[in-house]
Amino acid sequence: MSGASASTRVAKEPVAVVGIGQTKHVAARRDVSIAGLVREAAHRALRDAELTWADIDAVVIGKAPDFFEGVMMPELYLADALGAVGKPMLRVHTAGSVGGSTALVAANLVAGRVHGTVLTLAFEKQSESNAMWGLSLPVPFQQPLLAGAGGFFAPHIRAYMRRTGAPDTIGSLVAYKDRRNALKNPYAHLHEHDITLEKVQSAPMLWDPVRYSETCPSSDGACAMVLTDRAGAARAPRPPAWMHGGAMRSEPTMFAGKDFVSPRAGKDCAADVYRQAGIADPRREIDAVEMYVPFSWYEPMWLENLGFAAEGEGWKLTESGVTELDGDLPVNMSGGVLSTNPIGASGMIRFAEAALQVRGQAGEHQVAGTRKALGHAYGGGSQFFSMWLVGAEPPTT
Amino acid sequence: MAAAAHGARDVAIVAFGQSDHRRSTDELSEVELLMPVLHEVLAATGLKTGDIGFTCSGSSDYLAGRAFSFTMALDGVGAWPPISESHVEMDGAWALYEAWVKLQTGECDTALVYSYGKSSPGSVRDVLTRQLDPYYVAPLWPDSVALAALQARALIDAGDTDERALAGVATRSRTAARTNPHAQLRGSVPHGGYVVHPLRTGDCPPIGDGAAAVVLAAGERARELCGRPAWIRGIDHRIEPHSLGVRDLTDSVSTRLAAERAGAFERPVDTAELHAPFTSQEVVLRKALRLGDQVTVNPSGGALAANPVMAAGLIRLGEAAARIHRGASERALAHATSGPCLQQNLVAVLEGDPR
Repeated sequence: MSGASASTRVAKEPVAVVGIGQTKHVAARRDVSIAGLVREAAHRALRDAELTWADIDAVVIGKAPDFFEGVMMPELYLADALGAVGKPMLRVHTAGSVGGSTALVAANLVAGRVHGTVLTLAFEKQSESNAMWGLSLPVPFQQPLLAGAGGFFAPHIRAYMRRTGAPDTIGSLVAYKDRRNALKNPYAHLHEHDITLEKVQSAPMLWDPVRYSETCPSSDGACAMVLTDRAGAARAPRPPAWMHGGAMRSEPTMFAGKDFVSPRAGKDCAADVYRQAGIADPRREIDAVEMYVPFSWYEPMWLENLGFAAEGEGWKLTESGVTELDGDLPVNMSGGVLSTNPIGASGMIRFAEAALQVRGQAGEHQVAGTRKALGHAYGGGSQFFSMWLVGAEPPTT
Repeated sequence: MAAAAHGARDVAIVAFGQSDHRRSTDELSEVELLMPVLHEVLAATGLKTGDIGFTCSGSSDYLAGRAFSFTMALDGVGAWPPISESHVEMDGAWALYEAWVKLQTGECDTALVYSYGKSSPGSVRDVLTRQLDPYYVAPLWPDSVALAALQARALIDAGDTDERALAGVATRSRTAARTNPHAQLRGSVPHGGYVVHPLRTGDCPPIGDGAAAVVLAAGERARELCGRPAWIRGIDHRIEPHSLGVRDLTDSVSTRLAAERAGAFERPVDTAELHAPFTSQEVVLRKALRLGDQVTVNPSGGALAANPVMAAGLIRLGEAAARIHRGASERALAHATSGPCLQQNLVAVLEGDPR
């Protein structure tokens, strides 16, 4: 193998999702250890793919900060539970986008022909600790009143409202939609059977303008996927989801000129994914979207950032029902992060739910005829983005 | 057919930089520790942040004592316009592995890899106990020296080494470090009393702060950026069970497996940079890697001369590459480890072009 001959680029190996597994997400899984939690999701993904631990070449695991469970680099302790002994094991941590990034790192192992079949998993067991205070940095890193993620994001939501003139009620419409979608998803954490729009709108104000009803829960949960190459997909018992594009983009936390409402890293990341997937008009060509909406208002904000609506117009899609389960562009069919938030896993759940849709395996929250779906995750100070676009057909290029 | 550990594309380490590792850097933030090193590798290649195709880093929130600690480092990197970037909560050697995989996909031709760790603010010996099984082991707080001592005792009992031989490893490493201006412990260092029997002060790594960075490039790009690229002929990593009770502590099967996959046994290497923080761990690794006396082991002084946690593994890859860059090695093995008693191990085989 000489440097010159091998420097030629070869086409990437197509990547297929052939197995998906999740735990039933809840506030506290006191019946299982961390190892038990991740193994449950991994086992379900293997069962979906009709594979065994022996079929897995490598394991890529992701989660948000180690302080959320109080275990430093927990992948070391989880090697046994995830059947990784004797195999390569990687641990990804890119803040809130980590679930998506983890899937992309795993996908690269297949795309780069390093491995044939890879297990990827992300989790959070928030009940082991307290995420809000885990996120609240001590002085002198941060001003003492910025408690939790909501304190960071609320001013940017307010900026979006001022910039676009969106009516105050938009956020509540998103929350009302997502919580009703969650009723159709057996794995969702929140199942609020008696929910009404009035209840959403009369909930206590938490971080103005974000009400308690418009913020994500703290969940224990894990999500796993089996990714494989063309040969693996040919052996799969159920229709695979094919990866048509995937990308990550990062920008600094804060700097003069940063647009917190519609960060450039998000726009660039989406543009890269659309370029790989040959998408010219996302609004027309993409059938369904699972995006990372931890606070209700992020739905219209991301609709604009991802190119589904012109600047200032995102809230109109929400208001007119376009993003409803039976709308023209369903968003967060699973109930989204607003209904389920095991932080480290939340990005991977978006990616996995997008894959479930194009596989036609989403059950009661399936959108009929979904051919292309986008999975989206973000993290940090609206600075880390990871996305993938999956399709029912293999990529043509 | 997966190309596995050899890669379809030739990728090389084309630049390496590291900080001067010190017992304490109270006056520096992680970013300030890292910035000169990043500037060094970019200057060596003539690249700017915007020229880099992919950036990947390794660090630990538990060392920094705050969540998302790596985000501050990213601010220092200058990720504007936005960059394609990722982070592993692992030693930088695994960040290098992720970047190598990215280059294998053909999506980019260059990658910047960095890692850093400040052990000085806390008691790293105790901090590392938080890596252990949180239900059955971590509550007992068995510290990293105690666990390494358990391994050393098993080696001595098996007749693989003795305390005199371990002292010899310590002396050889710190003597070699005399020529390494970045090392923390150099030259004659007293072997000292027992820290945890049978390990003495001299058998243990220094505690310190440091940072490291490398630039990777693929194919012809590597030749443009470096006079003598250190080609990664193979790279692989493997993990073992976490529980010490089910492992043979006198052997490292994961190191041997990774080395096999990386092609380390296909031809002899002339140099090996081993990430062995404790003298006894070098004994284990030499055995697993079948390194004979003709191999120059840890000419940098290794982790016994400087052990910035989270960067020390990446530094092994960088030191091995730097020897190839300057023509002091033709074929070198680099090793990185993570977890208690060498639980997880990475092996890379680096080569220079034939002269």
